Amino acid sequence: MSELMDWRELPIAGVVTPETATPLHTGGWRTGVMPEVELAACVNCLLCWIYCPDSAITLDGTTFTGFDYDYCKGCELCAEVCPTGAISMVEELA
Amino acid sequence: MKELLTGGEAVAHGMRQVDPDVMPVYPITPQTPIIQGFAKFVADGRAHAELINVESEHSAMSAAIGSALAGARTMTATSSQGLALMAEVVYIAASMRAPIVMALGNRALSGPINIHCDHSDSMLIRDSGVIQLFAENAQEAYDFTIAAPRIAEHPDVLLPVLVCLDGFTITHASEPVELLADEQVRRFVGEYQVPQPLLNVSAPATHGPFAMPDNYFELRRAQASALDAAHDVIALVGHELKFLTGRPMAAIEPYRLDDADRVIVALGSTAGTVKDAVDELRAEGEHVGLLRICSFRPFPAVEVAAALADVTTVIVLDRADSPGGTPPLHAELAAVLFGSDSTLRGHVYGLGGRDIHPSDVRDIFAGGQPAYFGLRGDECLV
Amino acid sequence: MSRLKTLVQNQNGVQPLRGGHSLCQGCGVPVVVRTVLSTIQKPVVVVNATGCLEVATTRFPTTAWNVPWIHVAFENAAAVASGIESAQRALARRHGLPDGEVEIVVFAGDGGTYDIGMQALSGALERGHNFLFVCYDNEAYMNTGVQRSGATPFGANTTTSPAGRESFGKAQKRKDMTAIAIGHHVPYVAQAVASQWYDLSRKVSAAVAAEGPAFLNVLTDCPVGWGHEPRLMPKVLNAAVDCLFWPLYEVVDGQYALSYEPEHPIRVADWLTLQTRFAHLLQPDQAPVLERIQAQVEADWDDLYRRCAA
Repeated sequence: MSELMDWRELPIAGVVTPETATPLHTGGWRTGVMPEVELAACVNCLLCWIYCPDSAITLDGTTFTGFDYDYCKGCELCAEVCPTGAISMVEELA
Repeated sequence: MKELLTGGEAVAHGMRQVDPDVMPVYPITPQTPIIQGFAKFVADGRAHAELINVESEHSAMSAAIGSALAGARTMTATSSQGLALMAEVVYIAASMRAPIVMALGNRALSGPINIHCDHSDSMLIRDSGVIQLFAENAQEAYDFTIAAPRIAEHPDVLLPVLVCLDGFTITHASEPVELLADEQVRRFVGEYQVPQPLLNVSAPATHGPFAMPDNYFELRRAQASALDAAHDVIALVGHELKFLTGRPMAAIEPYRLDDADRVIVALGSTAGTVKDAVDELRAEGEHVGLLRICSFRPFPAVEVAAALADVTTVIVLDRADSPGGTPPLHAELAAVLFGSDSTLRGHVYGLGGRDIHPSDVRDIFAGGQPAYFGLRGDECLV
Repeated sequence: MSRLKTLVQNQNGVQPLRGGHSLCQGCGVPVVVRTVLSTIQKPVVVVNATGCLEVATTRFPTTAWNVPWIHVAFENAAAVASGIESAQRALARRHGLPDGEVEIVVFAGDGGTYDIGMQALSGALERGHNFLFVCYDNEAYMNTGVQRSGATPFGANTTTSPAGRESFGKAQKRKDMTAIAIGHHVPYVAQAVASQWYDLSRKVSAAVAAEGPAFLNVLTDCPVGWGHEPRLMPKVLNAAVDCLFWPLYEVVDGQYALSYEPEHPIRVADWLTLQTRFAHLLQPDQAPVLERIQAQVEADWDDLYRRCAA
């Protein structure tokens, strides 16, 4: 759905579905750091997955594959909880 | 076949025959006989709803929204303070397009606390976006109860419908009421359906959003259009019900308007009293009539204007006041009659259950009565 | 298979709450939501009280939810859930449920649970509806800018219980909402914490298995309201548990069981010092208040410990 519709175009009761929802990319919230991973050190514990407030850890099945930078807000929780130090926060270049 | 029933019993029977899936109940005078009657029907297996004995009216309407949007036909009842307490949720029910049917035993709002009839409770939620039908008597309260689910659930409407019946005057007074057969009602109301039932997990949806200034206005306008659509739906359903009952059901009831030079406009049971006075006066050669408003929301402005087109004097009776402003029904009539040749005068009467008699109505037709009719000490004559 | 991997698999490739919401960096609430919803294997419908979670995830025309979700108002989530639960029962009995039974989960903050939401919650618990009520307790009305609630700890600085020259912050002890829920004699009540996902997940499983109402009180941080860096969430929440302020326990059909006993409990001050909302209490002249807090926490722990041992 577009953000600004005519009143006649609106869904009844303003009900929104995953299909019709306007995506909200919160990656723009990051203020200079972003997470990066050294995959060799990742043991697939999935702690980063459960702790990420923005569901920005991408998986293939139960295997860690990376980060969804469209949504990552740069809160650093993943780096904090990673037990092997595989994840670190690096400077984000514009 | 006619049975001697109070308005409350008649509504309870109507609900029994509609046989909703869920009914949240919370007691308050004077609607309690409705929920008590219905609860007994359930206990005896004559109705099959899940009764939810909620802990307040606010929770009654909240549970009703959850239930209605989950895909269950839902009804409830309240009055006065109960309606006031749930007022926030009534507005939300309309905005969420929940087709809940609620019986309202019209009772005065506190303070002081009073358990008797007036229309202040209905007027509190006048702007909530729900449909409000006002019954004249127990028979009509029953008829509206049967019609209400069809109106509420119509795909162009999907709004709560309030079946308003005067507290005590209708809820507790016995009249002959003709009930339809159970099977007739079942066929009339049909199956319940909402466009996006909550329990449809394969098509998950988000109900009850948060809207910023960029969208609130449009969302509200879209909701108001449903109330506009209800206008035609009420006529449609009323017409269909008339085939079953033989009794008319419409947004207005004109009574002896032909060549009337004075017409009283009123809501609810008082209209019945006015009819008696009109008949008396007509027999004496007076040209008087009654325009009963049956659907207060949506307000049938076009029909009212047409009905009053050739009437010299319109007298509106409000059983609710708007301190510091214009009483609600009076304000509607003033808007409708603006620019017409009719004279409009109005009275506030009957607050807190103060009775009105046919002799009072005669005086009102004669004119020169206080604006607050029947009030001890009122000297402001209109 | 590890429990965490099971949680991932339970999602079947679809996150119940996905990215694309405006909750703060490091907010603990989505962690609770993810742990709860991915533990439940049946389809769910979420009832959300007004608050951070609701507002941030459903600004029209966006939504971050991939499950059926409803918000009505602030104080009535439990009543709305009661309606849905009754509807489900009626439909199952009268018309059949084509999609099978759906688990009803309420998410409410401490405001919508301890204060304005308490009446509806109490009614729903008393009536015995089969649903799960999860309170994400971050100890204040955070969405409106950190105002004190019945859950705010004694001595905390909030905007409506500010610390100042004449005040040391909130002057009242916090309400024990878990005890209030237990007093309703429902099948399952537990305290958990957002930073202990395994404990929380296990409790969710027990809660949904119970026939009837289940209440989970989950301590959740708010980096803004508590005053700490977002990434320190696990450290701050674990300290709340380790200083005995927030015991992890469950009550199953009236039987108390402690989930975790810290081997070396830390002092409450060691938890308070991690958050700026208590910074004023760490001034030398506030030592008496700190002692009161320590004594309160110890007394409450001893009381709970006795119940669990019985």
